[in-house]
Amino acid sequence: MKRTVPLIIAGTVGFVLIVSYFIPYTESWGEDAMTWFNILAAIAFVLGAGNLVKMHLKKISDQQAGWGYSAITLAAFFFTLIVGMLKIGVTPSEKYPTNAWAGPYDQAGSAFRWVYDYLFLPLSATMFAMLAFYIASAAFRAFRAKNVEAIALLTTAFIVLLGRTYAGVWLTDWIPEESIGLEADALRLDNVTGTIMNTFNLAGMRAITIGIALGVASTSLKVLLGVDRSYLGSTDD
Amino acid sequence: MKPQTLGWTLLMVVGGAFLIGRAVLTGAGTVYVQDVEIEVEIEDEAEEEAQVVTLQRVEQVPPNARSEPGVRLSYVHTFGLWVAAACTLGIFSFLWGDNPLYKVTEAIFVGSSAAYAMVVAFWSELVQNLCGNLLPDLMRETLIPGLKVEEPNLWYLVPLVMAIMLLWRLMPSGGWISRWPLAFFIGATAGFRMMGYLEADFTQQISNTIMPLIVTGADGSFQFWASLKNMTIVGSVLVCLTYFFFSVEHTGPVGWAARLGIWVLMITFGASFGYTVMGRIALLAGRLEFLFDDWLWLIDPLGRRLDM
Repeated sequence: MKRTVPLIIAGTVGFVLIVSYFIPYTESWGEDAMTWFNILAAIAFVLGAGNLVKMHLKKISDQQAGWGYSAITLAAFFFTLIVGMLKIGVTPSEKYPTNAWAGPYDQAGSAFRWVYDYLFLPLSATMFAMLAFYIASAAFRAFRAKNVEAIALLTTAFIVLLGRTYAGVWLTDWIPEESIGLEADALRLDNVTGTIMNTFNLAGMRAITIGIALGVASTSLKVLLGVDRSYLGSTDD
Repeated sequence: MKPQTLGWTLLMVVGGAFLIGRAVLTGAGTVYVQDVEIEVEIEDEAEEEAQVVTLQRVEQVPPNARSEPGVRLSYVHTFGLWVAAACTLGIFSFLWGDNPLYKVTEAIFVGSSAAYAMVVAFWSELVQNLCGNLLPDLMRETLIPGLKVEEPNLWYLVPLVMAIMLLWRLMPSGGWISRWPLAFFIGATAGFRMMGYLEADFTQQISNTIMPLIVTGADGSFQFWASLKNMTIVGSVLVCLTYFFFSVEHTGPVGWAARLGIWVLMITFGASFGYTVMGRIALLAGRLEFLFDDWLWLIDPLGRRLDM
């Protein structure tokens, strides 16, 4: 009951989705299964939020180190949740002007949009922007031109980095468009970058993608046939 | 107080004073809006004449339009702009080292993004798909006036039950109950991803690699560079796949091909690295533009403060 039923459910749902690709009659089954999947994914967000609240409430009640930050986390969480759920500041849509709840939850001028524009967007963009520093610092520490492969990687990275900036264009702008009957402008850094991206990078990524697809297919089959049961967790409970 | 701490404190105080002074003198860090009224006609079957309803909207305007009639300073958006700037600086402060300001912004980020994801999931999935299919009449009257579903679809009781089972994980005992919806999740992902990857990645990539090695133009002339490019792509894909093929020992011709494959892969990794760094730098430039343009008004790339 605890382990067999989940295996049957996983196998059945997976194979129904695979079959729905091949039999037009079952196409709607696949669509329904995906809608159910999205509903469960939405519930997973609720579960995640519940865990977050539980964990931080415990931290506050135990007065653990840094409990003040937990209080800020919960305050930000409940503020965003309340303004989003209650659609605070949302005015009726033009299509249904008499229905107060018909306006979109992320309407411009609403409180939830304020949270998105002035909290979520700047915070997430800055978090990802910080990676520029860390990638550069990690590259400086880890990359060493020890052999041919490392030199190929470093040279390509340098050309692509330079070729994507105005400096790269400016540095090799002096190369004439045509010389001794050949298209010499292919040697300009921006064009070299284009060649690398459209030829070698394309081929390499294509081979990697084929490998990933085969890996995903074999892993999926192992899960659906019940060979891989790691997602069920331990046998204790 | 340590000399270093004193130095930083003085720097912060001077910087803060500069910002406040600049905001007072030039109006930097302010947002202007105008109220827009939209009139909508409602057809009422009982009444002969159509009823007109006026909806209020608030639109942001560029700062150089602040003296125009109807344009006013928005305290809510101005406060938001300063909050966004403080959050941006708070995250950047981690470059200096772990500090309370960073921890505060990090805590805000965690809380608001968790709730943001939950709100989006609630309105777009739970209300739209779950409640919309189970209670279509009620949803049409309240939250989704344009709902097209006519009759309740009782099949949607299945995801409702599975949702309750998934939430059972928060209970102190009986956590195994959540395995059933989790199995549905895993099965659906495996089935969907397997077909998606085989169709879009595996077969499509092979199909795209089957290309002419000798390219000719419209007039039948031999195209050297296009042919060389196609030969390089096909050859590179083959040598990379040879490197990934571990069922044959990498010696002799197979070893040479695998070696070439490593070089192509190294070029790919180098290009991907450069591309990723450039993407992050573009994001960084975006944040700096926000600080210097939207907040401090030190630069004006879009000409939003011309004639001020």
